[in-house]
Amino acid sequence: MNAPFQPDTTSLDRLAVGTRARVCSIDWAALDEAEACRLRHFGFDEGVTVEPLHLGPFGRDPIAIRVGRMTVAIRRRHAGAVQVLPIQAQPIR
Amino acid sequence: MNPLPLVAVAGSPNAGKSALFNALTGARQKVGNYPGVTVERHSGRLTLADGRPVEMVDLPGAYSLDPASPDEAVTRDVLLGRQKGERTPDALVIVLDASNLDNHLRFALQLIELGLPTIIALNMVDLAKRDGLELDPKRLSGELGVPVIETVAVRRRGIKELQAAIDDMLSAPFCGVHKHVKSDLVHLQRRAREIASAAVVSETPVRRWTHRLDAVLLHPVIGPVILALIMFVMFQAVFAWSAAPMAWIGDAVAWVSAAVSNALPPGLLRSMIVDGAIAGVGAVITFLPQILILFFFILLLEGTGYMVRAAFLMDRLMHGVGLSGRAFIPLLSSFACAVPGIMATRTIDDPKDRLTTILVAPLMTCSARLPVYTLIIAAFIPDTRLAWGVGLQGLVMFGLYITGIAGALLAALVLRRGVLKGGGGGFMMELPKYQWPPLKDVLIGILTRAQIFLKRAGTIILGTTIILWALASIPQAGPGQKQSQVSIAGHIASGIETVVKPIGFNHDISLALLPAMAAREVAVSAIATVYSIDSPDEKAGATKLQDQLQHRWSLATALAFLAWFVFAPQCISTIAVTRRETNGWKWPLFMVTYLFALAYLAAGATYWIAVAAGLGGT
Repeated sequence: MNAPFQPDTTSLDRLAVGTRARVCSIDWAALDEAEACRLRHFGFDEGVTVEPLHLGPFGRDPIAIRVGRMTVAIRRRHAGAVQVLPIQAQPIR
Repeated sequence: MNPLPLVAVAGSPNAGKSALFNALTGARQKVGNYPGVTVERHSGRLTLADGRPVEMVDLPGAYSLDPASPDEAVTRDVLLGRQKGERTPDALVIVLDASNLDNHLRFALQLIELGLPTIIALNMVDLAKRDGLELDPKRLSGELGVPVIETVAVRRRGIKELQAAIDDMLSAPFCGVHKHVKSDLVHLQRRAREIASAAVVSETPVRRWTHRLDAVLLHPVIGPVILALIMFVMFQAVFAWSAAPMAWIGDAVAWVSAAVSNALPPGLLRSMIVDGAIAGVGAVITFLPQILILFFFILLLEGTGYMVRAAFLMDRLMHGVGLSGRAFIPLLSSFACAVPGIMATRTIDDPKDRLTTILVAPLMTCSARLPVYTLIIAAFIPDTRLAWGVGLQGLVMFGLYITGIAGALLAALVLRRGVLKGGGGGFMMELPKYQWPPLKDVLIGILTRAQIFLKRAGTIILGTTIILWALASIPQAGPGQKQSQVSIAGHIASGIETVVKPIGFNHDISLALLPAMAAREVAVSAIATVYSIDSPDEKAGATKLQDQLQHRWSLATALAFLAWFVFAPQCISTIAVTRRETNGWKWPLFMVTYLFALAYLAAGATYWIAVAAGLGGT
């Protein structure tokens, strides 16, 4: 599925830690079947809010990401398949 | 006789499913394997208020009925009534994490569609409250059309209510149809989110505990330091705490063997029981304390949620050689013993990642190699000091460890490029909330491990040691003959000798290699026995043995012997556990072959280089 190009979108692996973003599209074709299945299991879907929380100590890989109410760890390569649109920062108490 | 009603406990990973299962069934659990796959089957019994028994089965955690791992495939097949070795469940208990409803409800919706009598256990309501989340179980029950019971399994809260609900469910006549409606995953996920937000009464955003802890434990600098510290403490404990119980077991084995020796007349039977069965099984169960302490830590790390963090921290490094972060703990455990290490690989989802980890685990220097290393190093390496605090003996020991690790990494790299090419590369894991596991659950876990280990010691290891004993004792030597030459083992040793002579091994070593298949440290006692048989007037003590080795072996031979043991898969338990974990003889045979080949090459290279350097004389 090709989402229309939006100037502000970026891929999830380039999103800075602590920046919340909304998933606009996922390139399922870039993932193999089990990987795609697992990402769906984690709740990755268009419109879902995600936020990178931590980066691995070596090569900043893998990435810990909050999806909905869950925190999951995926490799940078897989995060690259997820296109996101950053949300304007909102203060959290 | 009607079989007992079968109730399956299902749920997503990290929903607290096993804790709930333990709370319902207590310690009386049976752990088996589903036929044809390496997925454990946990079953237990629940007694209802009126005394009727119910069989409970704890299904592997799954995110949906569309499997992404062998565990999930078993869960699906059991639920659809097509898993070999399992009846179709009569009813279901679905465990949900109250603070992660939007995700867990997807699987619950799929399960409810199956049409079986179903109860929802809304678990970990305490953690949800801690996160500022207030839920309405009645509303949830209304939306889903099945009863919802609030539980806190780790604190055993809501368990009575859940039992009563199971009772009601089984008492009610069931006239539904068991079917599999295949709804679209994305559709289910969206529906799950709607229901979840409908069930939320109020949500106060609070800084979560897990988040604060992760800020420290997953910190790019502090995180790895803490991981190293935890590992250090774990290994200190494995060796320090186990010393006393290992000595007790050793004493107990010696006592039993002395008692049997006194009770039976000398002869073949006594020799078989004492030298074969008791000595062989004794040598293996001595490691039980280390294995149990190791499992205590593994279960604790797993139960608290730290294990996944350790995998997260190490993933990039492990990925470099084609493994996943998940392989880190199993490989580390293998430094104590490869058996629990290989058993711990079950947490690795990807089959090829898992197989690679199993195949390289025996290269980690396990504690059974220590007696061999210590003896040879003490006999042949001078106790000189190279620098402050650095002795030559210690350096050699360190070198042996490093060689093992380097060998494992190289082997993983080669395996992933060769026979185990492709697939994998995946590291996708949920980071669960931190929590303190109930001690009882940890103990149940340790007990089941101990059972598995002892069962193996009682069957396959017992069998093998008796065979080895028979080979070494038959035929009995006549007067003027040496048992070590006459016996079948002696002849086999002569056969082995022709193969290992080029790498510097003599007949004594060849003979010791045979019983050392049971466990590596048996090589030490075997060599001692050979020398004591061959010169009966000498008493073979540890220091004596060192002197004898110095006279009989060249330094080149000794170094080759050390190099051999870095690689040689001389451990029946490891081979047996590999067979069990890979479901067949193909991979254990492959493992044994490639490790022996490496051992031969390493010992050979060491010997030839040492001889060239002029170390070939005694």
